[in-house]
Amino acid sequence: MATAHAHDDHHDHAPGFVSRWLFSTNHKDIGTLYIIFALFAGIVGIGISLLMRIELQQPGLQIFADGQSWNAMVSAHGLIMVFFVIMPALIGGFGNWFVPIMIGAPDMAFPRLNNISFWLLVPAFLLLGGSMFVGQGAGAGWTIYPPLSDAQYQPGMSMDMALFALHLAGASSILGAANFITTILNMRAPGMTLHKMPLFVWSMLVTAFLLLLAVPVLGGAITMLITDRNFGTAFFRPEGGGDPVLFQHLFWFFGHPEVYIMILPAFGIVSHVVSTFSKKPVFGYLGMAYAMVAIGVVGFVVWAHHMYQSGMDVDTRAYFMAATMVIAVPTGVKIFSWIATMWGGSMRYDTPMLFAIGFIFLFTVGGVTGVVLANASITQILHNTYYVVAHFHYVLSLGAVFGIYCGIYYWIGKMSGRQYPETLGKIHFWLTFIGVNLTFFPMHFLGNQGMPRRYPDYADAHAGWNMVASIGAYVSIASFVFFFVVMWVTFRRGAVAAANPWGEGATTLEWQVPSPPAFHTFEELPRIR
Amino acid sequence: MGMRLVKNGLGALAALAMSWAVTGAALASETTTLGVPVPWAMGLQASGGPIKTAIHDFNEMVFWIIVGITVFVGALLAWVMFRYSAKRNPVASQTSHHTGLEIAWTVIPVLILIVIAIPSFRLIYYQDRTQEADMTINVQGRQWYWNYAYPDHGGFNFDSRPIPTEDLQPGQLRNLAVDEPLVVPAGRNIRVISTGVDVIHSFFVPSLGVQRYAIPGRSIETWFRADSPGSYFGQCNQICGTNHWFMPIEVRAIPAAEFDAWVATARTRFVASMPASSAPAVAAAADAPISVAAVAAPLAR
Repeated sequence: MATAHAHDDHHDHAPGFVSRWLFSTNHKDIGTLYIIFALFAGIVGIGISLLMRIELQQPGLQIFADGQSWNAMVSAHGLIMVFFVIMPALIGGFGNWFVPIMIGAPDMAFPRLNNISFWLLVPAFLLLGGSMFVGQGAGAGWTIYPPLSDAQYQPGMSMDMALFALHLAGASSILGAANFITTILNMRAPGMTLHKMPLFVWSMLVTAFLLLLAVPVLGGAITMLITDRNFGTAFFRPEGGGDPVLFQHLFWFFGHPEVYIMILPAFGIVSHVVSTFSKKPVFGYLGMAYAMVAIGVVGFVVWAHHMYQSGMDVDTRAYFMAATMVIAVPTGVKIFSWIATMWGGSMRYDTPMLFAIGFIFLFTVGGVTGVVLANASITQILHNTYYVVAHFHYVLSLGAVFGIYCGIYYWIGKMSGRQYPETLGKIHFWLTFIGVNLTFFPMHFLGNQGMPRRYPDYADAHAGWNMVASIGAYVSIASFVFFFVVMWVTFRRGAVAAANPWGEGATTLEWQVPSPPAFHTFEELPRIR
Repeated sequence: MGMRLVKNGLGALAALAMSWAVTGAALASETTTLGVPVPWAMGLQASGGPIKTAIHDFNEMVFWIIVGITVFVGALLAWVMFRYSAKRNPVASQTSHHTGLEIAWTVIPVLILIVIAIPSFRLIYYQDRTQEADMTINVQGRQWYWNYAYPDHGGFNFDSRPIPTEDLQPGQLRNLAVDEPLVVPAGRNIRVISTGVDVIHSFFVPSLGVQRYAIPGRSIETWFRADSPGSYFGQCNQICGTNHWFMPIEVRAIPAAEFDAWVATARTRFVASMPASSAPAVAAAADAPISVAAVAAPLAR
């Protein structure tokens, strides 16, 4: 009896190392695992991009043996960044850490399933990394279109390993999505209606629905590709009655919601940070929440804007153009609502806020080039050029990644108990801001001038801007290394973090629990008024 | 300090964008007959034909709209960061609703999108195909070169391969020069039907405003016109294997009067590629006796 009471007291006993970190059922620990994993995969992904920019710095082939090894590296860079950096950091990392806390739930609905979701990523990453070292690598782009990804043109094990890696990562996402949806719909504390949920939780809810509906389609497509490669089917082989364009439809039916999957959690984080550092509630809460829902829903019916050149009927292209442009409206609502949140506020420009404001401006830049690309008429000469590369790196490297940094600086004190050093954080922000803009803005010019993507060598006229972009890449990579310095200083010498270091602007539940929270955050459910 | 840097940064960005537009406009108005990339250029390649010109005009409008939106958002951010810093505004308001504003920033973007969409729809229907083609070219993408066939002129076809760097002659562009360019008459509408033989390639000539995939098992129709004689370069634009980066395209437009003469020489040079029924006609034109062997010559590869 006495022992049971001792356990009922807030006696925070954590399990042993293997139990805690290999067999975890704790959403905070699993979130930590995801973030560490994402940072490690980020080192690999950025390392590959360093090699790419070294090659592209000057005309000619310098460090890559041939086009196939280039293609394998480019493809790995894309797959790693999408599936093993951005998604784990935002969804697995911040989603797991803060969704239960923000809704007042003791943990996720399925804590052990949560653990499987994380650990599936490890063999997935190993398979993808391994694919670069067996045979010739999987060199069909992250979009893996057949016939190039078919057995005749990518022989050997590499492509199959990459496809299995995607299967595992996809399974991880689907299980995680089911977990998030169940948690958010069923485990909110009493008094927290859907319309009182923090916006980060809304973003995770929409993201989870997108994952649940889109990732299985990818699974189907890559299964068909595996059977085409290995079991004699002809889904995508014209000589067998199949159609390469079918793969494109299936892939992009997943692929377009995927890009919203990558950005919506960042939208959520930015809403929290802007509100906190303006000391104002988010402007137009319902508009913000339902803008995200609209982006998610409309995001499902625009996929073929990635396929304008594939021979679709002109009327079909007209429809997809119109639908794609529609998404600009809810996105604009969000941008203006963030600005309106700041309007009349009392703003402090700590590092999370710098990243949030940087996000708002740079995502606008990336978004408007998306409006340009939505027009099939202009895309005729911009598709697959560096203009597209510039567009998606602006919304991802300068959007989603800024969102990740934003979240890390905002929540590192809460997660680790130690606050980051403010001056170093600001230096990191400016190094990153200058580096990534220097890297990716010139790519608009290269695309305008017709430089195709996925090229290890280019016409001599493109040399100038490529040199600028490569220098920018070196600055960006320096800023990434500097980020690890900032983290090291945080963990070794950071000030002990209070429960709420941000003041009256921080109104969500995580700021009411200690830093770091107890192993079981809530022994008693909070009541929301 | 940070805010001043941001404002300077925004100013620099706006200046960059302005110079981009000016260069783009300048390039568009140059009377050049070459469709090539230009060092340090920021805008689109100079236009060689009506599709590209139409794209330029439309892009001008869209470009200024997006510059305007970006500058507007940037200016709002800069103002807000200045005026509502904690120093200047110690007490935050708690306003979080304004129905009029929310309606405005929903409706105005819709109007802007409609302004963009109307010319955009017209343009894609214009680009899609022409009803008045003067001739047809069959383009085949192959690993890693192009094959061009002239079905309206006897059905000969030939491969167009890149010139290796070590074999370049003075004046030939590295990574762009080919041995046999796609020769077309200037000022005529050329229907292009593209297909692939092995993997997906993309027939992409920016200065003529044309791009379509070359997909195995599928024929895709589009068109272009090169208004002036000259060379217009492009590159394969869909990842297709190890030499994806080294299968360029050269469209050489020659005066229409000279085109028939070129066709005659081409039919002689590429006679082996032509269907057997045409072989006697070519042999007769070349003044050679018709031999059984020539008539029974194997079909094009």
